[in-house]
Amino acid sequence: MNNVLFDIVFKRLVMGIFILFGVSLLITLGVEALAGDVCSAMLGQAAEPSTVAACQAKLGLNDPMHVRYWHWLVNVIQGDLGTSLANNREVSEQIGKRLGNTLYLAGTTALFAVPIGILLGVIAALYRNSAIDYTISTTTLTTISSPEFFLAYVLMAIFAVNLGWLPAISNVSSSMSFLERLEVSALPVATLALITIAHMMRMTRASIVSLLASPYIEMAKLKGLTPGRIIVKHALPNAWSPIIQVVVLNLAYMIVGVVVIEVVFVYPGLGALIVDAVLNRDLPVIQGTAMVFATAYVVLFMLADVLSMLANPRLRHRR
Amino acid sequence: MSEKLLEVKDLLIEADIDGEWKPIVNHLSMTLERGEILGLIGESGAGKSTFGLTALGYAKPGCRIQSGSIKLDGVELVGKSDAELRSIRGNKVAYVAQSAAASFNPAHTLVEQFAESPVQHGNMTMAEAVKRSVELFRQLDLPDPEHIGERYPHQVSGGQLQRAMTAMALGSDPDIIIFDEPTTALDVTTQIEVLGAIKEAIKERNVAAIYISHDLAVVAQMADRIMVLRHGNLIEEGNAREMLANPKEDYTRLLLNVRSTRESRYDHDEEDIQLKVENITARYPGTTIDVLKNINIEIIKGKTVAVVGESGSGKSTLARVITGLLPPSQGSVRFHGRELTPDLRSRPKKDLQSIQMIYQMADVAMNPRHKIKDIIGRPLEFYLGIKGKQREAHVLELLRQIEIPADYADRYPAQLSGGEKQRVCIARALAAEPELIICDEVTSALDQLVAEGILDLLLNLQKELNVSYLFITHDLAVVKAIADEIVVMYQGGVVEQGTKAEILEPPFKPYTELLLSSVPEMDPDWMDNLIERRKRGEAPTAESIAQAD
Repeated sequence: MNNVLFDIVFKRLVMGIFILFGVSLLITLGVEALAGDVCSAMLGQAAEPSTVAACQAKLGLNDPMHVRYWHWLVNVIQGDLGTSLANNREVSEQIGKRLGNTLYLAGTTALFAVPIGILLGVIAALYRNSAIDYTISTTTLTTISSPEFFLAYVLMAIFAVNLGWLPAISNVSSSMSFLERLEVSALPVATLALITIAHMMRMTRASIVSLLASPYIEMAKLKGLTPGRIIVKHALPNAWSPIIQVVVLNLAYMIVGVVVIEVVFVYPGLGALIVDAVLNRDLPVIQGTAMVFATAYVVLFMLADVLSMLANPRLRHRR
Repeated sequence: MSEKLLEVKDLLIEADIDGEWKPIVNHLSMTLERGEILGLIGESGAGKSTFGLTALGYAKPGCRIQSGSIKLDGVELVGKSDAELRSIRGNKVAYVAQSAAASFNPAHTLVEQFAESPVQHGNMTMAEAVKRSVELFRQLDLPDPEHIGERYPHQVSGGQLQRAMTAMALGSDPDIIIFDEPTTALDVTTQIEVLGAIKEAIKERNVAAIYISHDLAVVAQMADRIMVLRHGNLIEEGNAREMLANPKEDYTRLLLNVRSTRESRYDHDEEDIQLKVENITARYPGTTIDVLKNINIEIIKGKTVAVVGESGSGKSTLARVITGLLPPSQGSVRFHGRELTPDLRSRPKKDLQSIQMIYQMADVAMNPRHKIKDIIGRPLEFYLGIKGKQREAHVLELLRQIEIPADYADRYPAQLSGGEKQRVCIARALAAEPELIICDEVTSALDQLVAEGILDLLLNLQKELNVSYLFITHDLAVVKAIADEIVVMYQGGVVEQGTKAEILEPPFKPYTELLLSSVPEMDPDWMDNLIERRKRGEAPTAESIAQAD
């Protein structure tokens, strides 16, 4: 068992390195394909061509792409993410500040969304095809299907504009207390939660319902057990594997997919950082942020596989 | 008056078949006295499980109890609320399912599942239930009864699980236990041990039982009284001994005759050897255990070699080696004297075409989204290059050979019965015009009468086409019916091989005798006598074989 676990972790880590490498290549090519560079973006369209050229020469943008990529790669392997082209600050320092905020947003959302999603899934499975099930399913389908910015603006309109209960802009800062933070970030957390709860609820419901046809569920019924006990004690423990996968997928989404939400609520997270960096064609910052996102994916999915294994009694208790 | 423990009267159960309610239990009645064992027998679709489960007041999903009465100890179950029914299930009436492996929850230990009924029904505390489990595990001859309960279902064998499930049913001292084909998934040698343990346990406690099976010989060992069902109707009911000695209905007679033996058609001509397996040793990648040890087998053109053995004896692995799915670590497979490439992927098409396979589960061996004509037509096109109109004509000819109506060509597998599906699989194998067909447990998922039909078909096709069969099975009745030569396998090795007459007539080798003696016979005293003989050491047992090994 431990060997198998070690095997999985090791393989995933090696694969993860290749994935990170591939992602960095794609990002470089992608930014290169965009019109303009950091100098034309910062100096504006009215700038003298000679000023732009001097700026380019200063930042080393005249080197061919593969040379610049190579320099970046060598530095990254040595642990140096470089400095921002736009403001000359350390990329790692910028990311460090923002990463905390993004993780806070994801963590708070997960704290609410994961238990609520699974609980709603269990309830919907227990009372499947009843009014409760239809209500839960319809609501979650609606939130899944609406674009996230739309949900965000609707929430903002109701709670910030009409009711005035919550701030529309989530400008968190390190000096805030936990409660203050929670209040300021309530709307982005709620938006993220609405979307992710729906995914997790639907997967939980589907995996439990598909298990309900198993012979051991019929056996449990014929032992005279109550429907609640059958679902919680007999179906849920065998449904963990797919549920874990979807929970992790959503955790990854909370970290990586928040770009739009962060922009809407002007939340100072990684998503907002990468958007600004793309506008400025600030390649080192884009690369650094993308590396953080990709690492989050690799680590979370490795975690999902390990947890799925641990959730399987056949693998936990070998013969 | 509640002398009868169970009294079911004029019960009509309907099932939702394609949106229409159709009767599957057609106004049936039954009674059960305390301590009595009633056998329900019939083919699949006879309604025997559905009928048996009514003692729990339970209708399977998609079924409903339309009318009639079910009285348990004088109390009417029809129309009771779910909560009231729950207080009966697992408490007064318990259930033992067909596949213990699938019916135990993989996420919990045996004793947790054992204790669930008595504790949830408020009959025992957890500690009492654990104590009782040890008692019952011991009575059902489970090894290490004190600790086996701490294991998970996947950590014990199929036979042990079935015993544990019987123990679980006995756990809350029920009045009735329903056994739903409890030994169908087991090897013959395991089956007799489990049957013996079950019979002893329920007789000792004077528990009444409903024993559901498609195997009349098995029911004959267990039941005092037998009801023969077909298509939801009662065919015949009576005392077990009387019915076996003197069946009144033709259908019962048919069921009784399935095990009769055909005479051997084997002649000792030394024809060309078609396939020769030489010194094959094989293991699965990444493992260190040889699943096959130094196997030698010859198949003669137009003949049938049956490979028999329990599950885990390596017989299906042998098929994988011959077809090239599992390259052996030593030895070779020769076809007409020429060595076949060990790996399937580098075999020429001609070799692939010569050896075809038919599988146990016809259901999963066919693509559910392909029509029958495409399933059969694909090998025609792939191997023989037959296309278009010609292909259509060939498909119809093959359907005729397998005795399936021509209009089935446009159907999908799901629209066919189990036997018909297996026939289509046979046609697909034949379409390639092979010289050898490997049949892997092709009848073990089918009812006995349907299986008979498939075996007849295979024998007729052999006469007509002179194709050879390698017939893998654990069912000795099948072996008797169709084999020319028999190879007996045990734990990856061949313990005996020879012509049918040599193997199936005395003197026997001990393992062969164990296998042969374990096949249930249509004699109600057969099992009790055999167990007695085994206790006295006059007949081999699984332990005596393992020790001699």
